[in-house]
Amino acid sequence: MSATAGGQAVQLRADFDLIASWVQPGERVLDLGCGDGSLLKRLIEERGAKGYGVELDGAEVLAAIGNGINVIQGNLEQGLAGFDDQTFNHVVLSRTLQTVRHTERILGEMLRVGREAVVSFPNFAYWQNRLAVMGGRMPVSEDLPYEWFDTPNLRFFTLLDFEALCVKMGLVIRERQVLDEAGRLVTEEPNFLGSLAVYRLAH
Amino acid sequence: MNKSGVGIVAAQRAHFTQPLELKGGSVLPAFDLVYETYGALNAAKSNAILVCHALSGHHHVAGCTADNEANIGWWDNIVGPGRPLDTDRFFIVGVNNLGGCHGSTGPGSPNPATDKPWGADFPVVTVVDWVASQARLADHLGIDAWAAVMGGSLGGMQALQWTLSFPDRIRHALVIAAAPKLSAENIAFNDVARQAILTDPDFHGGHFYEHGVRPVSGLRLARMLGHITYLSDDQMAEKFGRRLRVGAGSYGFDVEFEIESYLRYQGDKFAGVFDANTYLRMTKALDYFDPAQDYNDDLARALARARAKFLVVAFTTDWRFSPARSREIVHALVHNGQAVAYAEIDSAYGHDSFLMDEPHYHAVVDTYLKRVKL
Repeated sequence: MSATAGGQAVQLRADFDLIASWVQPGERVLDLGCGDGSLLKRLIEERGAKGYGVELDGAEVLAAIGNGINVIQGNLEQGLAGFDDQTFNHVVLSRTLQTVRHTERILGEMLRVGREAVVSFPNFAYWQNRLAVMGGRMPVSEDLPYEWFDTPNLRFFTLLDFEALCVKMGLVIRERQVLDEAGRLVTEEPNFLGSLAVYRLAH
Repeated sequence: MNKSGVGIVAAQRAHFTQPLELKGGSVLPAFDLVYETYGALNAAKSNAILVCHALSGHHHVAGCTADNEANIGWWDNIVGPGRPLDTDRFFIVGVNNLGGCHGSTGPGSPNPATDKPWGADFPVVTVVDWVASQARLADHLGIDAWAAVMGGSLGGMQALQWTLSFPDRIRHALVIAAAPKLSAENIAFNDVARQAILTDPDFHGGHFYEHGVRPVSGLRLARMLGHITYLSDDQMAEKFGRRLRVGAGSYGFDVEFEIESYLRYQGDKFAGVFDANTYLRMTKALDYFDPAQDYNDDLARALARARAKFLVVAFTTDWRFSPARSREIVHALVHNGQAVAYAEIDSAYGHDSFLMDEPHYHAVVDTYLKRVKL
């Protein structure tokens, strides 16, 4: 998902900073739901990565082509058929898992075609979200910027929920970083104080 | 009023005297290629784009001819100042392929051995042969490397073959509504079309020229069949439905439904101008195209030597060369770590979509080509 609000753009850079720091020169990266290719462009220019993106939306595909990205138009819900096993060093799913219906399938596919899966998602248990629900309304925030009736998000889950799924699927969490709405790293009470989580997963 | 972007154009002819060895084993001692160009070749000769034609195309890609303003090129909507193939920036070359019937050496040309038309004796030419002959044209024009080679359908196969035959002479390949090889179903359609021609009594084993006749009914059937496969079911339903022509309902076999009228018109129009021997050869070139054949059917290995960057485009309703076939090319390139962008365009027009003026499709080509460095 591409950033729209200014605040989200600031935090998005923090999100991208983390991911960029994990990519070594020459590594192959697949960015699922790559949007206009901003992250890949950065990984290519700053980290010397070999990047590919998958994007469903035609306008985003056009923008990614304009950014010189190796973008492949396709639907993640149909899996990653055609991508060979273990082709990529990192497969990135940035702020998109919550919009995918086939959650387990896409996580499985990511670790089929790549050695490492990098997943970021908004934490529904972030304290401001809890506050909104306690106040009787669904949360609208930097990381959940949609009204309930127009949200592309299908899955609402927390750090703890996600980690329970990783256990169920036998996925190893190599690293977890949690950010608040200003893009600062959160170390204490991450499931309460963190609004965005970024994970590195492996088999 | 002339709606063309490049205005009046004129064909040129190049004669090649160095023999051309063909994939089928025979040798063409000499040959002509007829071509058109639009825009200007820059001093560095780095802005040339070759446009390859499909089954029934030719060198007249864009513009109109001095004698007939209505004779507009077959891909005029994408070529011209400010259009995706921008003639203010690029030098565009359209060529009639060997074996064609629009001026380049083909079955209707005189056979130097007999002084009669080649007819059935004209060799079967392949995509590989076409690309080899197009390289001669590039030499003739002083073009070391194309900025891009582009084509739809069979033309897309030529763009792909360029990256394999001459990896250093093509910087970008635009492979549109194409496939890495035909499916059995595709070959089957082609063979029914060929059988229509081969069994026409006026075909005379391919030597109909000397009998003063043409296998019009066979060619017409071949084209009617082809046309069905170029359209989508939805588009046919929308455009023709089950609508009847006036006075229909005769319980006979004259034209009753609009779709019949359309197909017969298309068949007649085509059979009036196209050469049956050319049609046979173009369909054979399609059937034989299979770059992975020499690599144990491993397309990724076959494409590994390509150095060009790729734009692959497919259309959702194209069932003749479906998006799944384009994705085979894409995934082979991704496997190899080669540069590729892939767009799957929502379009109602089936295989014919690649010729349509669909804004998003043209924007994709335009955006891609704007990034091509000269």
